[in-house]
Amino acid sequence: MSALLQLENVTRVYRGGGPFSQGAEIVALDDVSLSVARGSCFGVVGESGSGKTTLTRIALGLEAPTRGRVTFDGVDVAGLRGAARKRLRRRVQIVFQDPYASLDPRMSVHDIVAEGMVIHRDSLGLDARARTARVVELLGLVGLGAQHLNRYPHEFSGGQRQRICIARALAVEPELLILDEPTSALDVSVQAQVLALFEELKARLDLTYVFISHDLGVVRYVCDRVAVIHRGRIVEENEATRLFAAPQSAHARELIAAMPDPDPDRSPFRRAVL
Amino acid sequence: MSAAAPTMASARGEALKRGFYRFRQSWLSLVGLAIVVALAGLALLAPWIAPHPEHAAGGFAMNARFAPPSRVAWFGTNELGQDVLTLVLMGARVSLFAGVAVVAMAAALGAAVGAVAGFFGRWVDEALMRLTDLWLTLPGLILAMAIAAAMGPGVGNMIFAITLTWWPGYARLVRGEVMARKEEVYVQAARALGASPARLILRHILPNVVSPIIVKMSLDVGFAILTVASLGFVGIGVKPPTPEWGSLLSNARGYLPDYWWTAIFPGLAIFLSVFGFNLLGDGLRDVLDPRARR
Repeated sequence: MSALLQLENVTRVYRGGGPFSQGAEIVALDDVSLSVARGSCFGVVGESGSGKTTLTRIALGLEAPTRGRVTFDGVDVAGLRGAARKRLRRRVQIVFQDPYASLDPRMSVHDIVAEGMVIHRDSLGLDARARTARVVELLGLVGLGAQHLNRYPHEFSGGQRQRICIARALAVEPELLILDEPTSALDVSVQAQVLALFEELKARLDLTYVFISHDLGVVRYVCDRVAVIHRGRIVEENEATRLFAAPQSAHARELIAAMPDPDPDRSPFRRAVL
Repeated sequence: MSAAAPTMASARGEALKRGFYRFRQSWLSLVGLAIVVALAGLALLAPWIAPHPEHAAGGFAMNARFAPPSRVAWFGTNELGQDVLTLVLMGARVSLFAGVAVVAMAAALGAAVGAVAGFFGRWVDEALMRLTDLWLTLPGLILAMAIAAAMGPGVGNMIFAITLTWWPGYARLVRGEVMARKEEVYVQAARALGASPARLILRHILPNVVSPIIVKMSLDVGFAILTVASLGFVGIGVKPPTPEWGSLLSNARGYLPDYWWTAIFPGLAIFLSVFGFNLLGDGLRDVLDPRARR
């Protein structure tokens, strides 16, 4: 399997304060290297503030690393300008954590999903009518329908909104989809539906996923390979099955030990009540 | 279907209905709306309903000088025998139009400056906002007088002059709103799709900050009318035969207190319009910008 996305020794430092003041430096990512194979689902696990969000921004090309190299399909992302950079935008897309905040409240579902096609109309070559047809097709793909076209985001439930977000990301025919905690804002039953949708889409559209989460149960369910990130460093990376069976690092052991056990008899809360 | 989503079609219409209900809750905003609508209607219809339209174009009737208000001339006549009601009605066209035009142009200019500063940040922001601050330190009316005096009298020049003193307020308001909005996740999502800065600002950010802008505009129209009248009063607004509230007041000043009606009616018109736009703005703020509510 070839690597689709590769990070080599990526470090990202934020400097606090304004242009005239010198604030403290914050190292969000520290010498991170990872390689996402085409067609796989790569999990990134970490607590809040561990550098997950910075990692997604760098993988998307929204931010440049302070040091290190990011390559997508063998091409250095940092060197891309203009049209080449715009093409990269089509190949990597993201689904955000909060479906309530990630849809523009003033745009209809049609306009939201079609926007990517409008931006990339040169390379996708779709006119207005073809775009609408494609929006309907995409909505069908994520389990919504043509009757939702002219509605606004606030009319939808969390799970439905996340489906709209997925349709928006798929509209530009990406190869890599970054899923930034895509289910953590959803009810458990809806989580399962959305995860099943991801599974199905991956097979149908030959997608590669980077799945970012703090929910180890979900990661174990969907990912082939997992990296554990802690304070900006990757402390462990392995096949998902091996990592969960035999964690090597202290931090990974801690996280796995903290996973809630689905068996109610072993719940610590149960004992407290009795 | 989720329980939160109302029946099909129009959650938009629902929101509109709820907004209007909130607007109606305060009868003062309804009074404001009524005053504004009435003034706008009278101004639009002025050429047809004014009793002596020829007086607005410079015609006079020296045999009827300083007639007090009566059933024939409701607002009386002035030193040239012109019907004051006609002058006030025709003056409304100039004053209201100038007030609205000033605010619209200032909002457009200020929004452009503020959006660019807030969106790009860093040195663009520093440069534009320091320029804005510098501009704010100049006393507005005096700057407008200087510009209007330099460019000569005329409605267009006057509007331009006041606009130039008016935009910094909008620049600051829009900058703050844009800075808050540009970090929204939906803006990030559009950015990840490859949207250009222009697209991000025009399609995603500005449509989500119109409410506070509209509120400020409606509150400002009253003050803009007042500024227009002030320039008219000191004599550098509109060219003489064209009636304008400020210059009418200025003319009448010499005949107070004996011929009070020549001054009181243009003054009342100014008062009423400022009052109406302020009430309307307050009401709109309650509906559109709930954060600022008491």
